[in-house]
Amino acid sequence: MADVNRGNRPLSPHLTIYRPQMTSMTSIFVRLTGNALLVAALMIVWWLLAAASGPGAFAVADGFMRSWFGDLVMVLSLWAVWYHLLGGLRHLVWDTGRGLDLKSAYAMGYVMIGGSLVLTLLTIIVL
Amino acid sequence: MAFLTDRKRAEGLGSARTGTAHFWSMTVSSVALLILIPLFIFTFGAVLGQPYEAVVAYYARPVPALIAGLTLIVGFHHFKGGAQVLIEDYVHGLAKHIAILAVTFISYAAMAAGVYALIRLAL
Repeated sequence: MADVNRGNRPLSPHLTIYRPQMTSMTSIFVRLTGNALLVAALMIVWWLLAAASGPGAFAVADGFMRSWFGDLVMVLSLWAVWYHLLGGLRHLVWDTGRGLDLKSAYAMGYVMIGGSLVLTLLTIIVL
Repeated sequence: MAFLTDRKRAEGLGSARTGTAHFWSMTVSSVALLILIPLFIFTFGAVLGQPYEAVVAYYARPVPALIAGLTLIVGFHHFKGGAQVLIEDYVHGLAKHIAILAVTFISYAAMAAGVYALIRLAL
């Protein structure tokens, strides 16, 4: 009979144990941004449905979308989507077995932070 | 406890053997979104803020409508897979199953609603 000593075994350290590091924080933010984008996505679906329904419904959805709250969600989501995209790109690089050393992980992390801000500003300027 | 066999204790705790399929599905959709998301940002961004008539006319055109439709379908597929892993990491027991069902239903409902709207706009 193996291992009767259940529940008393050493566990792998978890989030609450680790000191926050740039590599872990950039990774956590990829998950955070990806899931938070649901809000903007549902707002866009509502906006499209309203446009398909007629001018009255569109005025309501479009008014919400262009209110200060809608603007705030859209600008934050714009940054979130660029950040998540760069984070995904980092995963695709890692999946090929490249860039797994600490130096490259840090470099790509800084590219994600800086790149997402630059892309967000560029998008706002262009649009 | 001493009467349980090793097999009985281990059953149901191992890999479901679908991890690779999940990983590959996320990889394929992420590459697709790498192309679709910039296209969607600049097409949707260009028309957001325009009057009703301009929005309807814009999404009646094939290219903006196809970009929006593909982005919604692939995007919500990708969201469903990612949110499922988030739930599996932090929620356990019955709540986990309910949360995964909810995420799946929301994803397909939003996908269908968006595509329906685009078809109405196109026709």
